[in-house]
Amino acid sequence: MKNNFNLLIIITFLIFCFVIFYKGLDNLNTYAPKIKNTKSIPIFDAKDFNSSAYLNSQKIFGEDTFYIVNIWASWCVPCRTEHPLLMELSKNQSIKIIGLNYRDNLDNAKKFINEFGNPYSQIIIDNDGTLSVELGAYGVPESFIIDKNKKILRKIIGPINKEILEEIKLIIK
Amino acid sequence: MKIVKIFIIVFLFTGFSYLKSDEENDELKNKILKNIRCLICQGQSVYDSESDFASSIKLIVDRKIKEGQEEELIYDFLREKYGDWIIYDPELNKNTYILWLLPLLIFLLGGAIIYKTIKKNNEK
Repeated sequence: MKNNFNLLIIITFLIFCFVIFYKGLDNLNTYAPKIKNTKSIPIFDAKDFNSSAYLNSQKIFGEDTFYIVNIWASWCVPCRTEHPLLMELSKNQSIKIIGLNYRDNLDNAKKFINEFGNPYSQIIIDNDGTLSVELGAYGVPESFIIDKNKKILRKIIGPINKEILEEIKLIIK
Repeated sequence: MKIVKIFIIVFLFTGFSYLKSDEENDELKNKILKNIRCLICQGQSVYDSESDFASSIKLIVDRKIKEGQEEELIYDFLREKYGDWIIYDPELNKNTYILWLLPLLIFLLGGAIIYKTIKKNNEK
């Protein structure tokens, strides 16, 4: 009787472990930080891509409109796949796209823009990646949708695809 | 000549105190970096990693230490940006109390079982 009870406990424990590990297989192995809805954009100064002048974030996000901050680099391959979608989105008048050029060579970045087009209303430079940390990003490409109250609504990790583009369009409608 | 000697001694002392301050900052910086998880790496701390993410975090931590910010404030900043997961040593709050209390409970339970078994054996 006692042996049966012990066997039952062991089997229950093994099933429990199996279920936990099996469920774990479905989880992505990349960590995505949760964005609190109340999180505002940080206040920072950043170098302008074209003029090298320093701009304040309050000036960059000064208009009463939706913004997308898109972190990109010329060396980033997935940035090339999302670029046509950003070009498409830039035609929408309800949103402005701010480019954050991440740890890039300025000449290469300029070549990238000349080759693929410029969807950005403003491009700022993040040479050492610290500006991206201020935003809570950890890689490239990454995008943040910012509402009219300058709150971060949504964080997109990885390249923007067609589904995400439709979602963005719904948000800004 | 005496003035020159005094000047050299004073210069050396101030120089060493700067070195000491740098050493203290480096110790604190390394301690913090070892306690921060590199979120894009597999099982590495920011201290161990050479990734872009880790080097940006290293710069931020260095800057904040030089600004005179305390260790807890730096952790709070990183927690605010990336959540509790970024810190290897999570603080006790409503999300982590099971993590902290479960080992203690298991330890107490194990201790109680061992105590009971020994007592039972002694009675026999």
